[in-house]
Parts: sequence; structure tokens; C-alpha cells
Amino acid sequence: MAEVLVYVDHVDGAVRKSTLELLTLARRIGEPVAVALGNGAADTAATLAEHGAVKVLTHEAAEYADYLVVPKVDALQAAVEAVSPAAVLVPSSAEGKEVAARLALRIGSGITTDAVDLEVGDEGPVATQSVFAASFTTKSRVSKGTPVITVKPNSAAVEAAPAAGAVEALAVTFSVQATGTKVTARTPRESTGRPELTEAAIVVSGGRGVNGAENFAIIEALADSLGAAVGASRAAVDAGWYPHTSQIGQTGKSVSPQLYIASGISGAIQHRAGMQTSKTIVAINKDAEAPIFDLVDYGVVGDLFDVVPQLTEEIKTRKG
Amino acid sequence: MRIVVTVKYVPDATGDRHFADDLTVDRDDVDGLLSELDEYAVEQALQISENSDDDVEITVLTVGPEDAKDALRKALSMGADKAIHVEDDDLNGTDALGTSLVLAKAVEKAGYDLVISGMASTDGTMGVVPALLAERLGVPQVTLLSEVWVEDGTVTGRRDGDAASEQLEASLPAVMSVTDQSGEARYPSFKGIMAAKKKPVESWDLSDLDIEADQVGLEGAWTKVDSAAERPARTAGTIVKDEGEGGKQLAAFLAERKFV
Repeated sequence: MAEVLVYVDHVDGAVRKSTLELLTLARRIGEPVAVALGNGAADTAATLAEHGAVKVLTHEAAEYADYLVVPKVDALQAAVEAVSPAAVLVPSSAEGKEVAARLALRIGSGITTDAVDLEVGDEGPVATQSVFAASFTTKSRVSKGTPVITVKPNSAAVEAAPAAGAVEALAVTFSVQATGTKVTARTPRESTGRPELTEAAIVVSGGRGVNGAENFAIIEALADSLGAAVGASRAAVDAGWYPHTSQIGQTGKSVSPQLYIASGISGAIQHRAGMQTSKTIVAINKDAEAPIFDLVDYGVVGDLFDVVPQLTEEIKTRKG
Repeated sequence: MRIVVTVKYVPDATGDRHFADDLTVDRDDVDGLLSELDEYAVEQALQISENSDDDVEITVLTVGPEDAKDALRKALSMGADKAIHVEDDDLNGTDALGTSLVLAKAVEKAGYDLVISGMASTDGTMGVVPALLAERLGVPQVTLLSEVWVEDGTVTGRRDGDAASEQLEASLPAVMSVTDQSGEARYPSFKGIMAAKKKPVESWDLSDLDIEADQVGLEGAWTKVDSAAERPARTAGTIVKDEGEGGKQLAAFLAERKFV
């Protein structure tokens, strides 16, 4: 059976959920071979094996943390040459897409980014993409070389599928370009204690209607009652009420949770681009004409300062 | 210092975007404009120029159909010095890899110390062209910066990632991309708009760049779109007016859907 390379997104050995989803998709196409790089690479093996990795290629070197993108491209290229895979799957983070693109160019292959589903086709893997602010769905495939495909978070379920997960050291020779861009300092993001936005099953977001940074406390309280991540519209971020890392929309994060709750968000195209593929959508807005109501499964026309706290209380009561 | 800013002419996101019969993005029947995210790249080029003691020449470069000149005019009216338009019938359907080839050849022909791009286009939204351009040119990529400094032949900047915020540093020549957090783009002044009309716009085709027709276009693309379907409209949901119980009603809905 053909092997499929899966690039592992991890922080010091802790594998991120998006990588486990890739293993689910990789198993549809062939046998997953994971590639884990940098500090803690070998520590990823147990988790990867549990989810179907037959092999885990690892390489630890300071270059992965000290320089931008290119060392990872060098390593993936070495892995492609060692394994001759049927496809290469990479999580669709900003960095993942850059790594994937440079890899594709080097190995003379086509690239598909931001796939939301993957299936086996007669001429290789077929990727489903959601385009034009999620108003169209396309199906496409790579027609030259080894398909390189980046996949968005929440595109597949995480499934247990025990496999060998044998750790093998990957031999990597860094290119001249590898040390071109130095990372001179790194400040880890402060943990909010909430789930990561793009990975969360439930997202609660606030927009212009929240009307002030201090009022985001009621959005956060609702999120915490549901174990959800907190997002914000561009209007709220531009106003300085919530950090840009939480922005949902065309120029921010794109999320696809089981449940999306929009509070005080009108639903402009820029915002819809980032949340339209959510499974269940609910909204609270004062304006009955707000375009967000065209998308919802359930909408409440009302003042979010009345509705949201009541909702939070009711959820707490129901959860006991 | 020579700065080349790559810009894209895209269908208006607030308009009715769709696909042409060959499954390429329809660029004829939809109003287009300079991709909003590229305005930030033009802005950073102008700021680097204004903060530099040296002479800085800013060239805006686009690859696209005849109408793409509108995007160049907008950038020139913001304050760029000159423009290059790569236009060729054989370019229709070119993918990101092919686009990076055309841009790399054009940037080399124009001459550059620094290339600045936006974080992504607002139509394709792949966000990979700057990285591809750096790979092709063999120069450092300093991408997705929200803060930028250029001094003494060195680019530094802040890149906000998912897990951490990173400080980057690279020597020129380099390829940079900037986010929408890098600084509000200026509006063209009336004087700027008038001056732009007199600024030079060069037109190049594929033969000027020694690119063969089969390296680009739909035929030269390394990916193939098999189908494009409009997403079915979401079925109309229940909308209630809050009469004092709106939060409780919403909680009941969430419970019914097993979220609570």
C-alpha cells in the first residue's frame, strides 16, 4: 500500500489536533508516515501511533526553531525522497502553507491548499475546497508530481487506529537558504485556558455590538459555560477590544466548529468567509435585518446585553 | 534601494463572484479592484521610503488582464513611482506556482533589493506566493509581518503565529509580506491621483520574460479543478424576537441540539 506523508504540527512533542485529523484522512489514501521535526519530535510517536502512523520519521535540530520555514522544507524534501509517497499532507496553518508551497515547487509537484475534505480518486486524491467566502465548493486534484495538500482544521474526525508508529531517524542536510531568515526572539502566546480557536468544537464570538473591550467579559462567560473558544469580528478587533489572534474572517482565522454563536455581529462578507462552514450557527443581534440571520439555524433579535447573560445562566442551570 | 511591490487585481468580494466555463475565476463579468490586502504592502513600501535616508524607488508589479491596470493606477496614486504590467493571453488559468514563476522573472528583470507582497489575495486566498517567490529567487522570506523595519540592508519584523509571536531578521535582498495589522493604508490624495496619470506603466508579455506558453496558463497548471458548485443556501432557521425570554429560548434550542 502506498505511503502518505503527514507533517506533524507539535509544540515540544505535544501533537496538535489538526495533525490527528490528517492521519484520519491519510488512512483513506494509504499508510500514514508521520514527519516530526524539532524539539520533542520523538515524543510525538506514541500519540501518532495510536492514530494510525505506521512510521514516524524524526529529526531534532536547533535550526527548526532558530530559522523560518526553510529548514522544515529541507526536511520534508528529504522525507519525500526517502519514502516516495503517494501524497504529502500538511496542516493548513500560515506556516504549514508556506512550507507546503516551497516543498511542492522543489519536488516539481502541484499544490492544493485549505482542503476541507479528501477522498480517493482515479487520478489521485481529490480535495474539496470552500472558496469565495464559502459561497462555492470546488473539487480539484494535483495533476503533476506528488500531490501536496494542506488541510484545514476540523476537516475530519480524530479516530483511534493503532499502528506500529516505529520511530526512524530522518537524515536531513540543510540547504544554503535554510539559515536565511533568523528568528531572533520568540514570545509564546499566553494561554487563555480556552480551546484553540480553529480547533474548538464550539466558538462564541463578539462584534461591533459588544461595544467595548470590557464588555467582552460577557462573551467570555458564555464561552466558558460551553467550554468554547472566543472569537471576534474585524470591527471588534480594529476597535482594539479583542486581540487580532482571535479575529474570524477573511483576514483572520477561518473556523468550522460544530456550533458557532455570533453576538452583535452583522455578518458582512468578510466575516462570513471565516465561519460560513460551521455546522450549526446561531446569532444574537439587535437588527432584524442583519445579514447574519440569513445563515442561522436559530436567531434571537434582541439586545445581547440581555440575551447573552440570560443564556449563560440558563446553560449553567441546565448543566447543574 | 529598489522596492518591487507585487499587487493583484481581484474580483470585488462584495460583488457576485463566480467561475467561468473553464472553471477559472471569472474576471470579466465582475467588477475588479486592487486586492485590499495589497494596499498594506504598498503602504509599507511608502513608509520605508519616507523613513529612509537613501533614494528609494518603488515599482508596482502585477500579472493580469487589461483591467489589472486599474490596480496599478491605484498603487501609483497612493505614491508608488512606476508600474509594470505583465499581460499575455496565455496567462489565463495560471496557478500559484506559475504566477510565482512570472513574478520571479519580472522581479529579476526589473531589478530589486526588496520585494513586498500582501499576506494573501482576497480571491484565491492561498497566501503562498511570497514564499514561492523567495524559493524561486533564492533569497530570504520574511513573511506575514505585522511590524516592519528596514535599515542598513537588514529587514526585521514581527510575525504573529498561532503559538508564538516571533521577531525575524534577514539581509537584503529579500521577499517580505505584510499583514493587515501592519498599518492602515493611506487614501490617494487628489494630487496623487493626478500625478499617477503621468507615471510610467510598462507592459511586458511572456516573451519579454523568456517564459514559454506551456509553463503557465490552464495547460501549464499543476492542479486541475474538476468541478465548482455554488454552496446551497442554508435552510432558513428559526428567528425569534426577544420578549424577555430570548436567552432561555436559545438555551432550549442548544439543549435540543445536544450542545448543553
